[in-house]
Amino acid sequence: MSLATDAPDRSGQNLRVTRSRRNVAWTGIAAVIIVAVLAYFPYIVVTGTTNLMVQGFIVLTMATMWNLLAGYAGLVSVGQQAFVGLGAYFVLLLNIHSLSMFTALPIAAIGSGVAALPLWWLVSRLRSGYFAIGTWVLATTVFLFIQQFPALGGGTGMSLPNVPTGDTTLLEADTYWVGLAVTVAALVVTYLLLRGRTGLELTAIRDDERAARSSGVRVGRARLIVFVVAAIFCGAAGGLDAISQLIIQPSAVFSVQWTAEMAFAVVIGGIGTIEGPILGTIVYMVLEQTLQNYNAWYLIILGLVAMVIVLFARRGLWGLVDDRFHLRLFPVGYYLWPAGEGRRRFLR
Amino acid sequence: MFGVMGVVNLAHGDLAVIGGYIALAVIAITHVPVLLSFIIVVPVMALIGYLIQRTLIQAALNRSVLTTLLVTFGLSVVIENALLQFVNADSHSIGTGNAIISGSWQVTSSITIGYLPLLILAVAVIVLLALQYFMSRTKYGRLIRAVADDREAAQLSGVNYRHVFGIAAAIAFGTLGLAGIAQGMYSQFAPTTGTTTILLFAFAAVVIGGLGSLWGTLLGGIVLGVANQIGGQINAAYDPLAGFIIFLVVLVVWPQGITSRRASA
Repeated sequence: MSLATDAPDRSGQNLRVTRSRRNVAWTGIAAVIIVAVLAYFPYIVVTGTTNLMVQGFIVLTMATMWNLLAGYAGLVSVGQQAFVGLGAYFVLLLNIHSLSMFTALPIAAIGSGVAALPLWWLVSRLRSGYFAIGTWVLATTVFLFIQQFPALGGGTGMSLPNVPTGDTTLLEADTYWVGLAVTVAALVVTYLLLRGRTGLELTAIRDDERAARSSGVRVGRARLIVFVVAAIFCGAAGGLDAISQLIIQPSAVFSVQWTAEMAFAVVIGGIGTIEGPILGTIVYMVLEQTLQNYNAWYLIILGLVAMVIVLFARRGLWGLVDDRFHLRLFPVGYYLWPAGEGRRRFLR
Repeated sequence: MFGVMGVVNLAHGDLAVIGGYIALAVIAITHVPVLLSFIIVVPVMALIGYLIQRTLIQAALNRSVLTTLLVTFGLSVVIENALLQFVNADSHSIGTGNAIISGSWQVTSSITIGYLPLLILAVAVIVLLALQYFMSRTKYGRLIRAVADDREAAQLSGVNYRHVFGIAAAIAFGTLGLAGIAQGMYSQFAPTTGTTTILLFAFAAVVIGGLGSLWGTLLGGIVLGVANQIGGQINAAYDPLAGFIIFLVVLVVWPQGITSRRASA
């Protein structure tokens, strides 16, 4: 994971630096085609499938954000359900004031991001493991706090009051498109964030926090950015959950199970890569669908699989793919091409 | 045990709940008096602790902090769902079945102190005293401190740090077994109690009292309990909320915890 230092004296060599070992222009084109095909889905599949895909979008959005936190910023949060719940409740609050739930979604996402600022101020004092439990306590506190408002359904929750009446097929298709948009936005923002200056800073922090700090990397600021971005998109995922369920129960939207799902999807797919969460989400959805008739079994199996992968294949399924094919669909690192040398050094 | 090994175990609360379930099973099978069930529960939990430490947690520790967190979080989720799957979601409590224990002591007309909470506090103090004696006076306590301070140096001096960590985990888990029994006797537990109540409160108590300070943790626990009782008196819904708000206030005002203000000054 660290910089390749075993290259011979490179000062006199012509070094060429590219983003990727292979030309990946085709991945961009492929991504556009995949998104276009996905956007066309509501016309060709039954609504049960689109509902399922919306669940997939929610998991993928959250997994991408958790990966950004844990895989890049070194922030293991067990409290992301705070923002999932806040996003859902912002949608509910705005919907009570007769705002369309689809208009409410972006506002809810930004609201979650704003709420992340004071929460960051609280938990940023804690390090690694303590940060993990600290975020968990924070999420529980937010959960207990929200329950104190009877107007928002108190402890039992409530349905969204202003749901468009009429064609449910259209409503479900709209939900699907919004879900697709949120997921694509989450991936694009993560990609751009990691390609930019912040991504470089995060990579430096991940490799050696002390060295990064002494080289002038503003560690706290980079982590704050990641925390807020993760809050925005977890809020969007929560709002999306509210829109697709049309009902909000505090114990469900603030459940630690959200964090379990995102963490397991990331770990199984491969932490510290953008591709990993995508692969992990697919595995997660397949497992969930296969085992859904066996109650709690799917979380037991998912947990066991995640533990085995963490211990024995740290880089997850995508790590196995990458080892074999040196493939990066989302090139955020750099390749170093020493002149005339067959083997390339790879900077990640 | 949060501080000593530098291991943050996210499955802590769930393991205490397992202790509670083991106690239930022991009482149901052997019909020992409730107060003596710890004679079986504590060694069983200690053995489980030693085994989990030597297999899962040690393997994770050799890799990274992130791995440890993910493994213990995975363990927590697996335990919780396995309990839901194989036992059920019902709450259980351990009946004391003893009039003396469930009685209470009338201090004034408005304040009563139950014998059971008093007993639990006494046990907590005894356990803390025993732990302190163990850590400062015995061979294994010395070894644990040495390994916690500098693993490589301890290893160079011929210490089998894996075994030492295992012993430390065995003690921690044994204590968790006691905690599980206490939770069951005082109130009740269900599969999800481990995380929602025990882990988060234990952590809040540790932070309020100051990380790595045994007596601070006891103080933190008392502060939390009192806050929750007062909150509960004002409005039943404020019971757990009040404690967490105290935790957040302490986090803002004294990030080092209550007891270490002098040390940091």
